Amino acid sequence: MTFTDNLALAVPEIVLALGSLGLLVVGAFAPKQTRLVGGGAVLVLLAAAVAAATQPFGEAFGGGLISDAAATFAKVAIYLASAVAIPLGLPWFERRGVRVFEFPVLVLLAALGMGMMASSGDLISLYVGVELSSLSLYVLAAMHRESPKASEAGLKYFVLGALSSGMLLYGASLVYGFSGSTLYSEIAAAAGSGADTGLLFGLVFLICGLAFKVSAAPFHMWTPDVYEGAPTPVVAFFAAAPKLAAMVLFARVLADGFAGAADQWQQVLVVLALISVAVGAFGGLVQKNLKRLWAYSSIANVGYAVLGLSSGTSDGVQAMLMFMILYMIDVTGFFACLAALSRDGRPMETIDDMAGLIKERPGLALAMTVFALSALGLPPFSGFWAKVFVFKAAIDAGLWVAAVIGLVGSVVAAFYYLRLIKVMWFDSSPGATDKPPVEARAIAAVTAIFAFPVVLVALAWLTPLAQRAALSLGLA
Amino acid sequence: MTIGLAHYLAVAAILFTIGVFGIFVNRKNVIVILMSIELILLAVNINLVAFSVYLGNVVGQIFAMFVLTVAAAEAAVGLAILVTFFRNRGDIAVDDASMMKG
Repeated sequence: MTFTDNLALAVPEIVLALGSLGLLVVGAFAPKQTRLVGGGAVLVLLAAAVAAATQPFGEAFGGGLISDAAATFAKVAIYLASAVAIPLGLPWFERRGVRVFEFPVLVLLAALGMGMMASSGDLISLYVGVELSSLSLYVLAAMHRESPKASEAGLKYFVLGALSSGMLLYGASLVYGFSGSTLYSEIAAAAGSGADTGLLFGLVFLICGLAFKVSAAPFHMWTPDVYEGAPTPVVAFFAAAPKLAAMVLFARVLADGFAGAADQWQQVLVVLALISVAVGAFGGLVQKNLKRLWAYSSIANVGYAVLGLSSGTSDGVQAMLMFMILYMIDVTGFFACLAALSRDGRPMETIDDMAGLIKERPGLALAMTVFALSALGLPPFSGFWAKVFVFKAAIDAGLWVAAVIGLVGSVVAAFYYLRLIKVMWFDSSPGATDKPPVEARAIAAVTAIFAFPVVLVALAWLTPLAQRAALSLGLA
Repeated sequence: MTIGLAHYLAVAAILFTIGVFGIFVNRKNVIVILMSIELILLAVNINLVAFSVYLGNVVGQIFAMFVLTVAAAEAAVGLAILVTFFRNRGDIAVDDASMMKG
């Protein structure tokens, strides 16, 4: 394979890397031109998405970078979700008097890292991808420099994220030592018929590190604080794309590297999934702040995604991919609604702030109702279909008990979603809200329309794509 | 007594544990947390280099180079975030990072 062939498989990454560097130079010479940098970043992300969708399949750089259906599926979704974050975030910062051309550049770098995570074929490219996206996300969380809460969120995210990278890396070093290679394909050969103690030890550390990144309980401690403190449009970004990237990476490591040890990691994942569902459901009950509440909701939802993965089958991976895509669209829409709402210039973030919203802002209240019902898993909203796939995969793999516990968890979580809807529809409003910005309203409207009628059509189109993606990973 | 792979792994495991405890037990200063993170990454590097020599395979040492580079970038980002935190609060005590709880 020549060098050019290798580069041909890395076109999306090259587009993003050159694009982010170029825009950084533009921003450095014209720091006032945030809109120009933002528009350029959206174009670069769209170009990368097109490149990812059309690129050939294969392995580049000695197996370090894999281009297959799973990588394509994840990358297109990640790049598009990142492209949505820029028009949502830039005006939000501008309204607060912060002109930051770094914001779109950091989103680009995070997207580059996430794309690398999704197509890594080697522990080194895994680590570099994880760190590139994480370092950008730490800075994004603390981007609103004047806000004490945002800098605290950034600090907490950084400390716990760095700890999780350390655990991931310690696991990677043990896996390397006991299998003799960092390539997933060679690790798979070493773990062919079940992992020995050393390899298993490394695998558990690796899983712990990845669980931190997807915020699965008991590694979720950072999530509520970071969601509450970070700027709302930034939360809309890192509640969606990074979770998908980390879940795809999770699936790839387990399927490509440890398919032979499936019995061993299955148990760990079931435990992670059930603890996440329980923590998400019960932890959310006492929350007053909506961003915090949705953090617990995301912990529970990641639990369902991990449950899909824990079935250890190709169907399970497919269910996880579908779940994450539908969840990403819901959560982006919900945080777009929150970014749109303010009263007398103060953001509306608590459940009580939402009282009587249906009279003040019927459109946004309706969209939030759709997202809450979808997160609750009520048919025919998108969240229902997402959960159907996951539970079906889990039951097919014989995980009856886990599926039943997951269902009970979603019944408990229904309480807080319904409470939000009740407050919005039936309580009396404390006063007028400010006029919501057009870009946040547009994103909320599009995602809400997707979550209800469009999803029924989109499922027919997404399912074969997710199926092909799941089949390209090494599980039966 | 010859120093073998097991000794290196034991040292790395001890350093890793000290690093993790440094993050969770330390109640004083955020700088100490940054030092603990470095300690964890260095423990990993000892592991990687020891395995690399033991296996006669150079990939571990390449990996260690990547870890060193990324650790430097991580420290830079961490200190930058710490500076914004200090500007907002005027202090970097760990107990100060408690605006959000629950």
